[in-house]
Amino acid sequence: MAALICEIVYRGIFQKNLASRIARGIVLSARKSGRWGIAFGRYGDSPQRNGIPAKDFAIVADSKEELEQNMARYEPKHVDVTICVDDTLSKGVESWAWYGLQPINRLTVPNGTVLMTSLQRFDDLLQDIHKKDAPYQLSLIRAKASFSGLWVYKEDHTEVRILGALAKIAPAFLTLDGVCGAIKEMEWGSDLKVESAKKAYARLETREVKLTEGNAEVPFSFEMPKWWEMREGVTIPAIPLGKPKEAGKGYVPERNPYFKKYTTRTMRPVVNFDTCVKCTLCWIQCPDSCFDVMPDGTYDANMESCCGCGVCEAVCPVENCITMVNESVFEDNASQWEMWRKDKDKYHVWMTEKIGDKKATVRSHGFRFRGQYDEELKRDLDAGGVEITAGIPGENAQHKTV
Amino acid sequence: MAVATKAVPAAAEDKELLISGSEAVAEALTLADIDVVTAYPIRPYDTVMQAIAKKIANGNLVAEYIVAEGEHSQFEIVKHASTVGARVFCGSSGVGWMYAMECLVVTPPLRVPMVALVGNRALDDPGAFGVEHNDALVVRDLGWLLCWIDTSQEALDTTLIAYRVAEDRRVFLPLAISADGAFLTHSQALTMVPPREKVDAFLPRYDRGDLQLHPDNPITVAPQANEDWVIEIRRQNNEAMARAVGVIEEAYADFRRVFGRGPENPWFEEYMTDDAEIILVGMGTISLPIKVAIREMRAKGKKVGLVRLRWFRPFPTDRLVAALSKAQAIGVIDRDYSFGSPFGSGVVANEIRAAMYNASRRPPLLSFICGLGGREVTLEDVNKAADMCYGAAKAGKSDAKTHWLGVRE
Repeated sequence: MAALICEIVYRGIFQKNLASRIARGIVLSARKSGRWGIAFGRYGDSPQRNGIPAKDFAIVADSKEELEQNMARYEPKHVDVTICVDDTLSKGVESWAWYGLQPINRLTVPNGTVLMTSLQRFDDLLQDIHKKDAPYQLSLIRAKASFSGLWVYKEDHTEVRILGALAKIAPAFLTLDGVCGAIKEMEWGSDLKVESAKKAYARLETREVKLTEGNAEVPFSFEMPKWWEMREGVTIPAIPLGKPKEAGKGYVPERNPYFKKYTTRTMRPVVNFDTCVKCTLCWIQCPDSCFDVMPDGTYDANMESCCGCGVCEAVCPVENCITMVNESVFEDNASQWEMWRKDKDKYHVWMTEKIGDKKATVRSHGFRFRGQYDEELKRDLDAGGVEITAGIPGENAQHKTV
Repeated sequence: MAVATKAVPAAAEDKELLISGSEAVAEALTLADIDVVTAYPIRPYDTVMQAIAKKIANGNLVAEYIVAEGEHSQFEIVKHASTVGARVFCGSSGVGWMYAMECLVVTPPLRVPMVALVGNRALDDPGAFGVEHNDALVVRDLGWLLCWIDTSQEALDTTLIAYRVAEDRRVFLPLAISADGAFLTHSQALTMVPPREKVDAFLPRYDRGDLQLHPDNPITVAPQANEDWVIEIRRQNNEAMARAVGVIEEAYADFRRVFGRGPENPWFEEYMTDDAEIILVGMGTISLPIKVAIREMRAKGKKVGLVRLRWFRPFPTDRLVAALSKAQAIGVIDRDYSFGSPFGSGVVANEIRAAMYNASRRPPLLSFICGLGGREVTLEDVNKAADMCYGAAKAGKSDAKTHWLGVRE
């Protein structure tokens, strides 16, 4: 009697189809060795929102009864394998389905596995992944995050690479033969995909993470009110008006105390305050009102509220004044303006490094221009669907080198 | 006037698919070869309309797929299509189902056998999409046949049975299949899909006979009527609902004969009730945590059982009373509410109280409300309910209250 519980942590819209295919693939692969299984998404996540962290689950078990035993909790409270298909989620998960920020390894059982697609080094990832009170394995498939859309699916073989890796991690449930059989016979019918699964099996990189390792940050959390503490009539207090930044100058709005966007972003804007012309466009156009007005009239993106959509970069009329940069190269959520005010030369060095790293600035949000899907698909398939390129050029990427 | 079914074909085999409850319904609709389907999106029902659209787009099903401009029209369109003889399907969830209310009211008196899927969803406000049963229960007094399903397999099987029952000339009533949002509509499980030959042997063609709108059969449907006519029409409706009991039993028996699976008792599932001291009652996917909790409780010597109600209309009064009256105490867990009702209980608890009134043996009945808005019904919730039932069994009486479980307080 045994069961294998997997969660797939992904980004809404961009990876909804990918996560669903992985969950199905797990069940169908395990079915090849006579296991029972179920695949489902965390319903409350509302994954029809761009980039919002969301979860799918797959449970496979030796018998139907064992399966029921593990499904009695609709959202599993512990998982054997946490699969994460975007490494910016290593900073944690704050979805629509619950409140507060969950470390990516929160549900992973002691000595379980966090399996991630990433081009980062183990040590860099462990600066973001929160500390856990038990050791676990961190396994990496060398790949960039696979993003597509709600109505299109990017055939870059990420789903079968994950399955191949799982055959290495949990061979008692998913044999490599079972995975290959499921890929070929049940779901995709592709020899190329079978090869990708086998290569991922062979190339999987794994290292143990010790108790002492990881990000020591205490994740954002709060306690939800009792029923009699809540205001009646489905009514909530408005967010109060904001205050001047300092000495009667600037403006900092109050923000939602229950929901932060720390983990919604895959990129964040880096601002060059020296070239800012104070035109107000980023401040007005930001759909999340994330910009604080500084006393000098420049605008500072507040990381509590920035969802990383890139609208500010698109509307900014000044070349290189706002540049979207891969979230994974940042260590904290501190104010850029404060850093700039404190030491302008040091800030310039920091900013130049961030926006000059092409690997970090070309991270895609998904498909931004017509034909991008075809271009990338061809490139991925020409490389056997296996080899990894440095990144995907976004629509603004070409002129973003300093 | 029993429906004569054909012999079961020998060679045909089922195929196993990994599909959600919604996709299982779409598989059944394809097998039933429906003619007209109307759609208007609302979560979680929308997963069904997507699955049907895919079936049609892939050429597996030939049917009129009409996207209405709202639920009111959605249900009106299939009502009319059904009167001209089309096999129809539609569905909705939560306040979408409420928006169709006028059409939901008129279908039973017109004796339109539409089959609808209600993806159970909390009614607004607050805007939420988790499961509550109040949406489907709103039509409980109107002449709709109402049932609740638990698994993808039951979703597929019940959809086939639904057409057989609703389109039986002795019944001709609309039928709503309720599926818990998320837990069933969005979870993919291994499901056996039968071949077309078996379905053809089980499900006859829809024949509206003298009620069919057709130039060769000139009739007027739904003329205005005064008090000289109305109560007789209601009396007819009541008779059709009463006749549905026998038709449902017949359909399940035939389903077992043709497909080689399905329950002997159509009305409710009994789990470990033979020797049960405490019987818990619920509808839909709530059965899963209850069954697992029961297995754990039994390992500790507590004899608890479950009755999972499948059919709510017609309500299986006699059989249910017989099953429940042997317990020492009954605990009804409602995934709905009925504010201001007797004891403030949920709908199912009060129906069962009413059903038990004439029983010769009436065990104490405890009423629980749990899992509203899609909140998980936990093993702790079930254990708590069972323990309270044991208390009532010991005292020999219930506390005449309703207990809310899993609320922050």
